Amino acid sequence: MLRVIGHRLLVSIPLLFIVTFAVFGLESLIPGNAAQTILGENATPAAVAQLNTQMGLNDPFFERYAHWVGHAVTGNFGSSVISGAPVWTSVVTRLGVTMSLLIPSLVLAAVAGVVLGMASAVRGGWLARLIDVVSLLGFALPSFWVGLILVSIFAVKLGVLPATGYTPLGTSPSEWIASITLPVVALSLYGITAIAKQTRDSASEVLDSDYIRFLRANGVPERSVLLKHVLRNSSIPVATSLGLISIGALGGTVFIENVFVLPGLGSLATQATLDHDIPVILGVALCFTLAVIAINLVIDLIYGLLNPKVRVS
Amino acid sequence: MTAGVDTTQTHDGPAAPADPARQSIVRSLLRTPRGLLTVGFLVVLFVASLLAPVVAPHDPLHQELKHALEGPSGQYWLGTDGLGRDVLSRLLYGGRSSLLGVLEGVVAHVIVAVPLGIAAGYLGGWTDRIITRVVDIVMSVPTIVILLALLTMFDRNISAAMITLGALSAAGTTRMIRAAALSVRGELFVSAAELLGLSRPQILFRHILPRCRGVIIVQVSLFAAVALGIQTGLTYLSLGPPPPAPTWGGMVADAASSVSNDPWLLVPAGGLIGITVLCFGILGDTVRDITAQSSTASAGLRAPRRRPEPATGAPEEGALLSVRELSVTFRTPSGDRDVLTSVSFDVQPGETLGLVGESGSGKTVTARAVLGLLENNGAVAHGSARFDGVDLLALPRKRWAALRGKRIALISQEPMVALDPSFTVGAQLREVVRAHDHSGRAEAHERVLELLRLVELPDPEEIVKQYPFQISGGMAQRVAIALALAGRPDLLVADEPTTALDVTVQAEILDLLRRLQQETGMAIVLVTHDWGVVADSCSRVAVMYAGQVVERADVEDVFRHPSHPYTRALMATSPEHAERGRPIAAIAGQVPAPGTWPTGCRFAARCPLMTEACRREPVAMVDLGEGRDSRCLMATSILEGTSA
Repeated sequence: MLRVIGHRLLVSIPLLFIVTFAVFGLESLIPGNAAQTILGENATPAAVAQLNTQMGLNDPFFERYAHWVGHAVTGNFGSSVISGAPVWTSVVTRLGVTMSLLIPSLVLAAVAGVVLGMASAVRGGWLARLIDVVSLLGFALPSFWVGLILVSIFAVKLGVLPATGYTPLGTSPSEWIASITLPVVALSLYGITAIAKQTRDSASEVLDSDYIRFLRANGVPERSVLLKHVLRNSSIPVATSLGLISIGALGGTVFIENVFVLPGLGSLATQATLDHDIPVILGVALCFTLAVIAINLVIDLIYGLLNPKVRVS
Repeated sequence: MTAGVDTTQTHDGPAAPADPARQSIVRSLLRTPRGLLTVGFLVVLFVASLLAPVVAPHDPLHQELKHALEGPSGQYWLGTDGLGRDVLSRLLYGGRSSLLGVLEGVVAHVIVAVPLGIAAGYLGGWTDRIITRVVDIVMSVPTIVILLALLTMFDRNISAAMITLGALSAAGTTRMIRAAALSVRGELFVSAAELLGLSRPQILFRHILPRCRGVIIVQVSLFAAVALGIQTGLTYLSLGPPPPAPTWGGMVADAASSVSNDPWLLVPAGGLIGITVLCFGILGDTVRDITAQSSTASAGLRAPRRRPEPATGAPEEGALLSVRELSVTFRTPSGDRDVLTSVSFDVQPGETLGLVGESGSGKTVTARAVLGLLENNGAVAHGSARFDGVDLLALPRKRWAALRGKRIALISQEPMVALDPSFTVGAQLREVVRAHDHSGRAEAHERVLELLRLVELPDPEEIVKQYPFQISGGMAQRVAIALALAGRPDLLVADEPTTALDVTVQAEILDLLRRLQQETGMAIVLVTHDWGVVADSCSRVAVMYAGQVVERADVEDVFRHPSHPYTRALMATSPEHAERGRPIAAIAGQVPAPGTWPTGCRFAARCPLMTEACRREPVAMVDLGEGRDSRCLMATSILEGTSA
């Protein structure tokens, strides 16, 4: 188990470098001048020159990268070129919003997906076909569009849930739930269907395996066969696929936060992109990468708990 | 599917290393309705977008404010937007940038993934190790934020974003292509090509690449689906071409701003995105189905479960289990197939019946049908299996619970996969013991240890803590036997219990079964292809061939005078009968697969005694007296010939 965690941390370090280096590299590829891009075409040469010095854009590439890494290690990620606010502070304050969207979505996706997938594998028939159709929709419909449809039904037409905005959990738990319900549903739809499909496939395989036939034949009650043996064994491949689904959902928050006007990292990233705010986008990229590493670690742990082969060896 | 009904066997000649992937994937794709529909839609969409200036009914930028937010009409087929622009025309023009973006992504995806995947799979070694590592890391990159960073630097440059997306998400595809190339490399025709002195590029382009085509098409169409989702997402965030240029994502954003007074506007743009993504997705799935091995195709099939027609034959006097006229049908992609026809046999209390035959003869299916554990796509069509007066084949699922383990138990072919790998040996045994005895934890633990001692396992206290993958095959089979005996059954079905084990372990397990049978008085149905096992353990045998019982007799009679040519041939192939220094005899030909059975005798094609009469009509069982039957027209004369 320790070896698994160690291995994950080891491959995470290159991941951090690859992402930040790539973003930095992009900056140096900008045709013309980065400061000009940030300030826009109408900026005065003096302002451009000042920003160049301020951001250290005149220094050689590797020096600037080393400089940034050196500061980043101590928690200093520079400040926004638009608002002047420190990047780290805005990233941290917005992280909570994104997580309160992402974590419930992943939990919902895992629970609903596994339940639907198991039901479909065991029952078959119309339920399986229904799940097939729904999972096609979950695959095909873009989450931001699903979000808008949910808004037009539940907020505009029925008026039961707010269309936009975010209430922190600390302010009012019930309003918090109301504010994240539609975004969570929209964000998790893809995950639910992907996990349902994966669960259905692996549960069908497990149901047809020798050990299930053997345990059934020798008197293990059907309830236990399904809820203990089939569920446990089919969740192992599901845990693996959860990794990629989580990374996808993390990206999905960018679109969902814009639909529902939630002040999270995703909307920060979009705004930074529109504003050409390079220090902010670097901070968000780093934060997303750290989130991916955390997600991967949690999934490694879940995988280890589910699969005794990892635990024992 | 297992040995019983292997319908997908191929018979490759050993000499000719032909390349099996030469048939066109595109042609087979267009032959399926799904493939035709999705390819058709995508082609129409591409052409319509390309020809937008010609086919679009209106100028996509022309505003007609007095027609703003109109629903579909003869003039505006899909209605108008908030500025009175024609939605259909905007969709067609918007399709150009969306589909171009997908195309750019796909090209980058292919350029990165195909060479890397093939290099890793075909070259192996260090190349493989490095590529695999990099792929692992890149798969964790949060792609969206990289794209946003790119768009921060390169204002509204969706092309650059799509190319980057294609390259970054090539990691997953690289992995799939690598796996495909790796498996092709191991195949016969590639080594043959290497031996013939073909150069590496020749082998790559003529053999490896064509075999990876299926995977490439599948992955690329799935990527295209994702790419379109991202492209529309980015344009939705207004990171694409500036307004008023029409984009699909931008149209969704426009629709969102007027969602409270006209929700209809969400439908055309979102619907078209959805349908297009769906087409790419279905295209990928269809190609996967075409190129995948057909063995997975029957996975989702279920045969209808209905009460089988009961058999008319009377059970044998005093029999514990009496199977009569058992017929089983499997549902396959190419229709329903009979795999068992009219199988009958009896088991007396305390005796061991051997169910003998080559693989593919239907022994395992017979055992599973009797246990009520056929695969989902199999169903009993006809027959009965009376166990202690109850017809097992007509038994509702709920009433099975009272029999399983308590009256009838099973041990199966591969001990290493017979136990659940996620639970310890002790946990599984305890669960079964408690289900049978309704006992407490401590009591159940004692019983578990007792059972493990009964099957002669040393150190039971240690074994209960082990996982199945931590113990040897022989130990696992003993654990399986202990588990089967937990409910003190009257009948044990042993499906090839020793086939997967070493010879010395085989003998120990058979000894153990014999001893346990003497102590408990249970009857055993022993499924096997091994005449040595039959001679050692069975009192009676039923020989099976191509889904039928062809001979039934006492063991001694069969060994002395087999009355069916198949039994005779089968015994001659047994290593015990081989003469020293001479090759072991083999029966020429193969067991015909279900669905290819002839009308007459099913063994006729391989039978040395075959006559015209044999092929004419189905051969019935011939009663030879003294509890013997044979499904051969010549049975009587065979017996007379051998006994004379």
